[in-house]
Amino acid sequence: MNIATSQVTLTVNGLTTELRSPPATRLAHALRDEHGLTGTKVGCDAGDCGACTVLIDGEQLCACMVSVAQAAGRNVVTVEGLAKNGDLSDLQAAFLRHGAAQCGICTPGMLMAAHDLLGKRGSPSEQEVADALGGVLCRCTGYRKIIDAILDVGGSRRGDEPEIGKAVGSRVGRLDGAPKVTGDDVFGADFAPPGALTLRVIRAPVASGRFRIGDLGAFKAAHPGISAVYTADDIPGHNAFGVYPTGKDQPVLADGLIRYRGEALVAVVGHPGAVAALRDDDLPLHFEQTTPVIGISQAAANGATLVHADRPGNILAEGRLVKGDTAAGFAMADHVAEGAWQTSFVEHAYIEPEAGWAERVGDRIEIHVTTQSPYMDRDEVAHVLGMEKEQIRIVPTACGGGFGGKLDLSVQPLIALAARDLGVPVRCAYTRPESMASSTKRHPAAIRARAGCCADGKLLAFEFHGDFDTGAYASWGPTVADRVPVHATGPYVVSNVKNTSCALLTNAPPSGAFRGFGVPQSAIANEALMDDLAEMCGIDPLDFRLINALRKGDETSSGQRLEYSAGLAECLEALRSAWDTEREEAGRFNAAAGDVRRGVGIAGMWYGCGNTSMSNPSTITIGISAEGQVTLYNGAMDMGQGPNTIMPQIAADALGVPFGRFNVVAGDTDRTADAGKSSASRQTFVSGKAAQRAGENLRTKILRLANVGPNAVLEIDHGKIVVHDGEAERTLDLTAMAADAEGDVLTGKGTFDPPTKPLDDNGQGVPYATYGFGAHLAVADIDMVLGNVKIRRIVAAHDVGRAINPTFLEGQIHGGIAQGLGLALMEEYIPGRTENLHDYLIPTFGDVPPIDVILVEDPEPLGPYGAKGIGEQALIPTAPAIFNAVRHATGVRLHHAPATPCRVRDAILAARKSNHV
Amino acid sequence: MPVYLRPNNLEEALGALQQQPLTVLAGGTDHYPARVGQPLDDDLLDLTNISALRGIEDVGETWRIGALTTWTDIIRTDLPACFDGLKAAAREIGGVQIQNAGTVAGNICNASPAADGVPNLMALDATVELARTGAVRRLPVADFVTGNRTTVLARDEVVTAIYVPKLTDAADSAFLKLGARKYLVISIVMIGIVLVPVDGVVGEARIAVGACAPVSRRLRALEEALTGRRLDAVLGEAVDMTPLAGVLSPIDDMRGSATYRLDAAIAMLRRGLNILGSRMGELP
Repeated sequence: MNIATSQVTLTVNGLTTELRSPPATRLAHALRDEHGLTGTKVGCDAGDCGACTVLIDGEQLCACMVSVAQAAGRNVVTVEGLAKNGDLSDLQAAFLRHGAAQCGICTPGMLMAAHDLLGKRGSPSEQEVADALGGVLCRCTGYRKIIDAILDVGGSRRGDEPEIGKAVGSRVGRLDGAPKVTGDDVFGADFAPPGALTLRVIRAPVASGRFRIGDLGAFKAAHPGISAVYTADDIPGHNAFGVYPTGKDQPVLADGLIRYRGEALVAVVGHPGAVAALRDDDLPLHFEQTTPVIGISQAAANGATLVHADRPGNILAEGRLVKGDTAAGFAMADHVAEGAWQTSFVEHAYIEPEAGWAERVGDRIEIHVTTQSPYMDRDEVAHVLGMEKEQIRIVPTACGGGFGGKLDLSVQPLIALAARDLGVPVRCAYTRPESMASSTKRHPAAIRARAGCCADGKLLAFEFHGDFDTGAYASWGPTVADRVPVHATGPYVVSNVKNTSCALLTNAPPSGAFRGFGVPQSAIANEALMDDLAEMCGIDPLDFRLINALRKGDETSSGQRLEYSAGLAECLEALRSAWDTEREEAGRFNAAAGDVRRGVGIAGMWYGCGNTSMSNPSTITIGISAEGQVTLYNGAMDMGQGPNTIMPQIAADALGVPFGRFNVVAGDTDRTADAGKSSASRQTFVSGKAAQRAGENLRTKILRLANVGPNAVLEIDHGKIVVHDGEAERTLDLTAMAADAEGDVLTGKGTFDPPTKPLDDNGQGVPYATYGFGAHLAVADIDMVLGNVKIRRIVAAHDVGRAINPTFLEGQIHGGIAQGLGLALMEEYIPGRTENLHDYLIPTFGDVPPIDVILVEDPEPLGPYGAKGIGEQALIPTAPAIFNAVRHATGVRLHHAPATPCRVRDAILAARKSNHV
Repeated sequence: MPVYLRPNNLEEALGALQQQPLTVLAGGTDHYPARVGQPLDDDLLDLTNISALRGIEDVGETWRIGALTTWTDIIRTDLPACFDGLKAAAREIGGVQIQNAGTVAGNICNASPAADGVPNLMALDATVELARTGAVRRLPVADFVTGNRTTVLARDEVVTAIYVPKLTDAADSAFLKLGARKYLVISIVMIGIVLVPVDGVVGEARIAVGACAPVSRRLRALEEALTGRRLDAVLGEAVDMTPLAGVLSPIDDMRGSATYRLDAAIAMLRRGLNILGSRMGELP
């Protein structure tokens, strides 16, 4: 009998290699754990995401479903095998050139699948690329730039880097790009010091109830590799966290009470093998299930069970905006449209599950973790552990996607607690189901809204109420309640407005921050009403939006007069030619009566950059070392969207040195100043302005030292800066200057806090210093019999103020559209039912259509070189444009997201029954 | 430490199964996903080193699909048109990584109601060969899969091959799948059709629907109703599909309601028949 031993010989990247893990071990884990080949990523362990794709004997396989024994004698190529002698392959170079890698977590899988394809087909078609890479999921890019890169593998190398003063506006590649295509980038699960123990969280299997912990002593005695089991009693500081000072209501480990399925109950720490051998049932936990409060209507019902005893009516937060007199406005209206809409829980589905490691260093704890918000993590962990903030250091790893989901704490407090208690490094990586069950979600919404206008299309009145399922804990629920009333009117001028919102607590995962904070949901309602009114008025939907578009000089529903940078009308005009040709083409297509009907929809968008009526400053520092190295200390976390490149682009022009001189230190709370959270579409606008000021500050210092005028040209060289001012030339000897702790001899610092004013009881004030504006056009084919909606094309126009890096902007817009498409058509998180990436569907290669991006630049004087944000703006108008396209094609109004084939078919049948179609 | 057996011949594999209960591992595409975050402590019998079990062979009156034959093997093998539906199913199973690893036999052993390979195997009248030490039995796919995740496979048996009886070269086939996204998607409904033409009409029809009952179902009454019908682009409109409501028993779930599934199955059957009718009707 051939019994596989625990020693297997194979070839990995051309080298004969041995694996000693048990034979059933997943190859992906063995390659990572035994040989440090962490370029092979673990995104799901179930073949659903393809991040672990490797080539075995020349064919792509998910290394999470191949056993170590099956790899015996075979030839394995991982992403680390693509570059030769330090030179990137043409494929890797093409990925960088095209911005095909954003966060980089899916990139190794994409590269390996593409490598497989290119080995078989020299010049593949777009369809062949999609078919070959269809087994790899990406949550950042919307796939389009990956396709572009693969179709252009033989293309030319990137041009010369921009000259001095021209970095802003140029398509420079990611400064941190190379490690993302070689597999060298270190994400949360990719490293821990030797000897690190593993932590695993045992989670609630039910949505509500109580639990009792049995004899942990006996459990530990029976499991010799287990070092510790932590419970609520072991939290030394406050067993409560939450992003709002007043909303710290979520226990790190539940204290007997379960409020949602997936809630953390106890944490087990031990040797990796011992922890891996555990089953949840091995823990002595005893459950008593109670009837959960599920959904908005149950939470709001009279006499509903309270999820938190101190939250009457299960109300977490309410928002309100009142302007003018809506009753009077509706009384004057010639046309009134109204409706009700509902949306579902949406999962962030970043391909990197939460992960990190921590260690005790002296009397401090250092936490290496995937995060969007290092400083907030630091403060929250200090609060939980009862330590001073300065005793906590957050060193962000590469972040494999965030989208709002990595703003809240995950592994941080527990690995910190264990590392402090045990005195050894402790690591933790969530499994995919654990990530999905425990992390925050987009709020499901139940919306009622109505809008009225004159016969000539001018909007007169708008009323909106949105209830939002905020889940079991506060998280960012108050932000959604705040942001929605401000934005719910859409990017239009309306004099009489009443918008209200309510965040309701339920026994579901906490709803938190997710790209748009409730605004993508409210835009579905608002933009449907705009189409209804346009139809009632007999006005073209694009013209209807132009009639009402917020423009410079107009007042928003919160009473803010827009003085600058309000390019919605330009965005709408930019869509007109596609709008006309696509509507005409759809008419032709539909004339041939088949099962498939084509529609073209449009939607507008606005979204405030930065936190709502709150101070949210960023500080950026720049240093020049004695050797002449320029370093930007960047606290603005790059989760793929690009601050590690964008900040240096801005700073390079402000300082007046080439972009290529810059080195970046990313987000270490000991080394970078606080640049706030990567959220609220604020980093380019807020931290970018800080980077500009830091560059200017440093330049001023240099010019003063050199005693030259403002137009002098700096030439940084090894050990010196040569300053040219007309005929004059001065040399600053850097080696003679005193260095700081970072080794920098000259430093500049810049801070920016966008000016806002508080909102009064009626929601009137200046909630944001600036807004992004945009509009999307969607072309959709609807199968009238099966209900499938296939998006054929999206045209996206966005006023970005100033395009700092057009490639990155396109990448954000593509990715936002992919997520908006998922929200519209397929994404629905159901606790206990869709806790994996095959039951929970996100768009694949075949679902994201060609996208035309049109960048409009109406400069924002407050922003860096006129720039403002794009991250959330890019998502918002997508679902409404798709729903409006379905309506154009079929006459059917969709009221429920996601519009799955079954729901679309049901809506078509219901409309037929009432003779609307 | 759990047992991990990886014999290189069938006899040893079957002998091991006589000795102790073992979980059979082949492509791993169902095994590993079922164990995310759990200990990998099954006692395993890994069949993947038994090279004789892989590949598609012409064995006279039938095609023999070895138990380790992957979906990619199906796609890449030159086979007559009656396999086109099975090939189409192969291309829609997961992504290429899954097609490269997952086996045809594993698909039926996993016995998911939404197993994409099953409708066309049923429509091909495929039989399953099961072996235990000293005994081999064969039974139709429809008898092998008994319910949601259940089969007749005994503890000491493995599936060794799937046999597909040969059809005339003029036979053609189709597979249609309905899902909520393009790749990597679990079917809401799928249909498999094999038609054998005789003088421009349907000589024999074999039709199965998946994800509309615990096990894919052959639609005998519909097959009979189609027999003798003209092969043309409206073949699917020629028959009354309403009796299907009594045959299929779809469930309501997050992917679609029972009513929707039934309607979709009928629409897809019509489309599949129209496609095949049109294609086969054009033949000289």
